[in-house]
Amino acid sequence: MSLADVASTHGLKRVGARPPLGSYLREAWRRREFIVALAQYRLRASLEGNRLGVLWLVLQPTLNALIYGTIFYFIQRGDDPVQFAAHVVIGVFLFQFFQRSMTQGARSITGNQSLVQSLAFPRITLPVAEVMEELISLLPSIAVLFVILPFLGHWPSLSWLLMVPLLILFTLFNTGIALITARLTVHVRDLAQLLPFIGRLLFYSSGVLFDVNKIFDRYPAVLQLYDFVPIYQVLQMARAALLGGHSYDPMYWLYFSAWSVLTFVVGLLFFWVAEERYGRD
Amino acid sequence: MTERKPVVVVDDLYVTYRVFSSGRAVKKSRGGLLKQSGRGIRAVEALRGVSFIAYENESIGVIGANGSGKSTLMRAMTGLTPPAAGAVYASSRPNLLGVGAALIGDLSGERNIVLGGLALGLTRKEVEELSEKIVDFAELQEFIDLPMRTYSSGMQARLKFAIATIKQHEILIVDEALSVGDKEFRRRSENRIREIRDNAGTVFLVSHSMNSIRDTCERTIWLNRGEMMMDGPTEEVVAAYEASRSEGVGARRNRRAAAREQA
Repeated sequence: MSLADVASTHGLKRVGARPPLGSYLREAWRRREFIVALAQYRLRASLEGNRLGVLWLVLQPTLNALIYGTIFYFIQRGDDPVQFAAHVVIGVFLFQFFQRSMTQGARSITGNQSLVQSLAFPRITLPVAEVMEELISLLPSIAVLFVILPFLGHWPSLSWLLMVPLLILFTLFNTGIALITARLTVHVRDLAQLLPFIGRLLFYSSGVLFDVNKIFDRYPAVLQLYDFVPIYQVLQMARAALLGGHSYDPMYWLYFSAWSVLTFVVGLLFFWVAEERYGRD
Repeated sequence: MTERKPVVVVDDLYVTYRVFSSGRAVKKSRGGLLKQSGRGIRAVEALRGVSFIAYENESIGVIGANGSGKSTLMRAMTGLTPPAAGAVYASSRPNLLGVGAALIGDLSGERNIVLGGLALGLTRKEVEELSEKIVDFAELQEFIDLPMRTYSSGMQARLKFAIATIKQHEILIVDEALSVGDKEFRRRSENRIREIRDNAGTVFLVSHSMNSIRDTCERTIWLNRGEMMMDGPTEEVVAAYEASRSEGVGARRNRRAAAREQA
């Protein structure tokens, strides 16, 4: 009897073989507490060295909002600078969630090489934990927004509740992106160097700072294109929900839901296919 | 022999590393050096046709000189190093005793216990129940609220070992982890390894300390230059290994003496 026969008669499986998708996801779900703990603790560890510690989770977005708000209050001289400042601050906060998910997700496997090499667990937990960490640090930003907005004349309204489904979809979208960049970086490390630039490019082209409708009002074809840019859709929907007065095509909800689910599923499959590859040099 | 349940089958395993040689290889023949240029790919055969079966309730020592392929064999068993030929089969994925990589130096020992336990696949509730046992084993009662980076290397090693072994592993690989810590901790960790083995686990112990191997393993595998030299009861294998080492030293000494005489 050959050794391979011995193995198969005793139900031994080849080590390192990729598990089927179903049991892979079940195992990942079983590790959900690990994902949350990893995200929380990493965030805490990154702040704990500071005197003010976790308070920075609130201080950072507040300072960001003050700086962006003040600068863009003065830059935009035309109509209603206060509105414009609020518009920019919402854009910056939400875009940061996307950008950091993308760049941190990219490092989630390559930056945790020793962890991946020593323990057996579904690797998907690592990029998901990165996105979770970014989500946890986004929530205080949103809370800061809720405090600031009434001072700018936007009283709490029912439409603020739309932020909940929007953030769920956005998290799904960002997870898909993080899964894709996580695997790509395993194949091509250089991507981690390139991603910050891609992030900046998207920052300036997704309508974070400038109102796309004003800049491109002479090019309606370009404006139509923007209807299909997922990050632009998120920003517009969030601004409409929080500030009111912004008009957007209600179809954005449908488009962005489709984008989110599609990105997530593609990212999931793309990441899972290479599961055996992670941790190997 | 009674019917024992195999848990790991290593079937004619070959592992080849392909590495970009960043310098020039030292060739045996002189004069060829000038012809070499640029970055070449060298294939290093780290394992050449290793086969064995490991059974339930076994603790197996793995010995051999540096570079004999011990760590490569362990990494191939966890599935992290792909075989060039052959295969490794196992009832569950073998774990390296390496929970240390999941821990964060800036966090307290207490939080690291939670993180490490969750990384091993325990639930939060299970970790909280076992937490006290881990602290006791690591003997860190007074320091458990301090950041882990402030621990001495011995304290860190104790904590990592205590977390890693709290779970009943089916197949556990201990690669040179027992060399840290003092004598008393070594004794207790060897006991812990025997405990894991007795609870239907299989333990592989890679070590250069023949005492650790003798004390914990009844079977030993001796690797030499990627090949299996010997596989059998620890006493016989260790005796043969030690004989070959001292013989090797003796032979080298003789050669040197002969060379001196010639000069």
